[in-house]
Amino acid sequence: MTDAPDHRPTMAALPFADRLARAMPVLLVPILLVVGFLAIGNPSSWLTLTVSGLAMGMMIFIMASGLTLVFGLMDVINFGHGAFISVGAFVGISVVLGLAEWAQAPSLLLNLGVVLLAVLAAMAVTGLLGWAFERVIVKPVYGAHLKQILVTVGGLIVIEQLIHVIWGPDEIFFARPEMLKGAVTFWGAALEKYRLVAVVIGLVLFVAMRLVFRRTRIGLIVRAGVENGEMVEALGYRLRLVFVGVFIAGSALAGLGGVMWGLYEEVITAGMGEEMMILVFIVVIIGGLGSVEGAFIGALMVGLLQNYIAFLEPKLALISNIGLMTAILMWRPQGMMPVVKAK
Amino acid sequence: MSDPILRLQGVHTDIAQYHILHGVDLEVPRAAVTMLLGRNGVGKTTTLRTIIGHWPARAGTIIYDGADITGVKTPDRARAGIGYVPEDMGIFSDLTVEENMTLAAVSGPLEPTRRDRIFAAFPPLRTFWTSPAGTLSGGQKQMLTIARAMAEERKLYLIDEPTKGLAPAIVSTMAAALRELKTMGASILLVEQNFAVAKALGDHAAVMDDGRIVWTGEMAELAADAALQDRLMGLSMEGGR
Amino acid sequence: MMLHALISGDRPRSRILTALLLAIFLGLLFAPFLFPGVRALETAARISVFILLAASYDLLLGYTGVVSFAHTMFFGMGAYGVGLASQHMGRGYGSLIVGSLAGAALAAAFAFLIALFSLRVRAIFFAMITLAVASAVAVLVSQLSSITGGEDGFTFQIPRALGPANRMGEFMGVQITGKILNYYVVFFCSLILFLVLLRIVNSPFGRVLQAIRENDFRAEAIGYRVVRYRTIATCISAAVAALAGSLFALWLRYVGPDTTLSFELMLDLLLIVVIGGMGTIWGAVIGATLMVLAQTYLQDLMGSAAEATAAIPLLSRLLDPDRWLLWLGVLFILSVYFFPAGIVGRLRAGR
Repeated sequence: MTDAPDHRPTMAALPFADRLARAMPVLLVPILLVVGFLAIGNPSSWLTLTVSGLAMGMMIFIMASGLTLVFGLMDVINFGHGAFISVGAFVGISVVLGLAEWAQAPSLLLNLGVVLLAVLAAMAVTGLLGWAFERVIVKPVYGAHLKQILVTVGGLIVIEQLIHVIWGPDEIFFARPEMLKGAVTFWGAALEKYRLVAVVIGLVLFVAMRLVFRRTRIGLIVRAGVENGEMVEALGYRLRLVFVGVFIAGSALAGLGGVMWGLYEEVITAGMGEEMMILVFIVVIIGGLGSVEGAFIGALMVGLLQNYIAFLEPKLALISNIGLMTAILMWRPQGMMPVVKAK
Repeated sequence: MSDPILRLQGVHTDIAQYHILHGVDLEVPRAAVTMLLGRNGVGKTTTLRTIIGHWPARAGTIIYDGADITGVKTPDRARAGIGYVPEDMGIFSDLTVEENMTLAAVSGPLEPTRRDRIFAAFPPLRTFWTSPAGTLSGGQKQMLTIARAMAEERKLYLIDEPTKGLAPAIVSTMAAALRELKTMGASILLVEQNFAVAKALGDHAAVMDDGRIVWTGEMAELAADAALQDRLMGLSMEGGR
Repeated sequence: MMLHALISGDRPRSRILTALLLAIFLGLLFAPFLFPGVRALETAARISVFILLAASYDLLLGYTGVVSFAHTMFFGMGAYGVGLASQHMGRGYGSLIVGSLAGAALAAAFAFLIALFSLRVRAIFFAMITLAVASAVAVLVSQLSSITGGEDGFTFQIPRALGPANRMGEFMGVQITGKILNYYVVFFCSLILFLVLLRIVNSPFGRVLQAIRENDFRAEAIGYRVVRYRTIATCISAAVAALAGSLFALWLRYVGPDTTLSFELMLDLLLIVVIGGMGTIWGAVIGATLMVLAQTYLQDLMGSAAEATAAIPLLSRLLDPDRWLLWLGVLFILSVYFFPAGIVGRLRAGR
């Protein structure tokens, strides 16, 4: 290992192929959009499917972001994350049902007010639950993956069963707030209003997260902590507190994702979080464990691919995600944007 | 050596089931450079990691600046004024040089005077201020680690092999920077394999073997006595590359 | 000592444990005579199969330290193998054997592929990927109803000699039917496979697995190919699980997602292994027996408890037999924290 005395950064010397390899994950989503367009052939169908794929992807991303960060920071894998999705959905939808008058009124302001209240309630409850979950379930098993998986699965079972105890054993059907029903027509394509809203919320959240990570000290601490937590502590930051904060925020985001998913499906079940976790895990794996950007790209790909395939070859849609995961892992065994671990 | 900045008394450290430190007694005087020397694998890195708190001491006490910090957590040791530069440098390669420095300035934004002093010591850091630290060369990364240590007023620096694998030109830059750190009034505990550097920088020296301190004294005394060096450290020390 | 050789020198190492194991063994061996009645025989067969299934899972979870959520998928492959073979090749022993072997081979192949993709990166990938793959397969099975019978599953015919219509006279006051014969096929096949597993975990191979579980870096450093060992263990475990599935299908003369592929079954399996004791095959015996007995008889008890407390709204809901999993979940978390070695570990420690 010898170092050249000149101080040129190595990046400028990167050949084109290497730079392309670095940028590849970012390019995959536009590539998928174009391939989808060519395969589908009909612009209005393509637009409809794309919006619904993006909406789905955004919701999955919201659920996945907390999970991947929690792993990146403390090497903790939380199989109980899905419980926050379910709890968020039940709390949020209870608010929507409780304020039925507002939800059914043909007023955008009242409708959005209901949704906002539902989201706030869901995030508050799941954030608190996340805090308790971290203290009671996760904290005693730091550093032991096997036990982590076991106890967090146990936590998932218990919380799911408690949902049954509180809200009863059956699924709950409900209607979306009045102004979020129906679709708008755009270039001959019918775009569901709610999906557009979901895309916007997802984008805003992603941009906000990026800003936090790039522009704030806490964001820097989290990014640095994912790479080398020991060094962050040696500089004088209490990583443990940061981790608890991230765990709470991630749980609250899962709750938000749960409300959004519930409003999307117009039915909620205690097992919905567990079902969503499968997509969440796929997204986190193909994105690269610990990488928020990777999870974002992975989520969009999963959403888009599932919708395109469902249109082109419905039978294949069931296994399209597994196929995607297999392909990505063959290409990059650590996922698209693996986090550099200093240890 | 009255009132040292750091005193270790009978420190034992285990890593998993391995017993690495067997009762280390060490004093680090104020405003001086103390070299921690010895063969590979005798516990130098473990000693530094125990002082910063990455590995807990199973027995013994660590007194820093008059206070017992044996049970104190790493972040609080750092906040009390201990700076640590690990052997693997601990650079956040995903962050830019600027972001690395921002994080290093724990108590607030990096002061402009400090930043200018760092730029003067390490000109390349100014050039690559906004580049990801992972794209720097090995020597530049090592400059960043020292620069990071200088971003904050620390009373004691623990520095692990800062010249490892560096080209001679950069080794001298590094030595100059460490000297500047000392003139700023800091105390330094430095692990170094390059004996020429150790000789040039060190005021005091402590030699380890098999998890214990086996010799302490003035660096000049050790440097002058080839037989002593040979007995304490064998062939692993190099006479300066 | 023939017995010593049979159990591969892996003694229970606790008097109480030995007594319990012996009781379970004798109970299962003479089940048709000791506990007459359809439900009791049903329970005994289920216990036999689940002991085998749990033991094969413990090879992975306890001995190798790898968490899999696809074990019921492998179980299902064996079950569907027997079911589909009997359906398409006609009833007969040939179908049973072909179906079992095909199921086991498919399971091993799947396990190999999953291991290839996940184990060489990080062991925790395995948990996530098996979860994703198993759920995809479960969905696929319920969707492809023309082949698999969908959510309802399908019944099939097994050789007449193993059916209830085959009456072979009375023995010790019990009418010997093909059903009882079927029970003994299931029991002895499970027993033999169990002993094979016991041999595997006590072989040098098994000891390497445990060394890897304790410290994979060290094992790698000593020169063991960690990924290869883990992959082989995964394949063996999957194949045995598939054979257990074949036996279960043979017993039920039915296959369906609920009895073979469901996530709840996977949770039951986790509970059996953790509560019985991870890393000791005897734990599977204790855990599976307790679990199946509890499932069969304790739920009745909860039902009556819920009725008795009907006046207290929350408590009666908590005691509802459908909330059975809630209490298992709590028990599960507590045992991971406080009894990581399970019942067997406790018994051995308290010797």
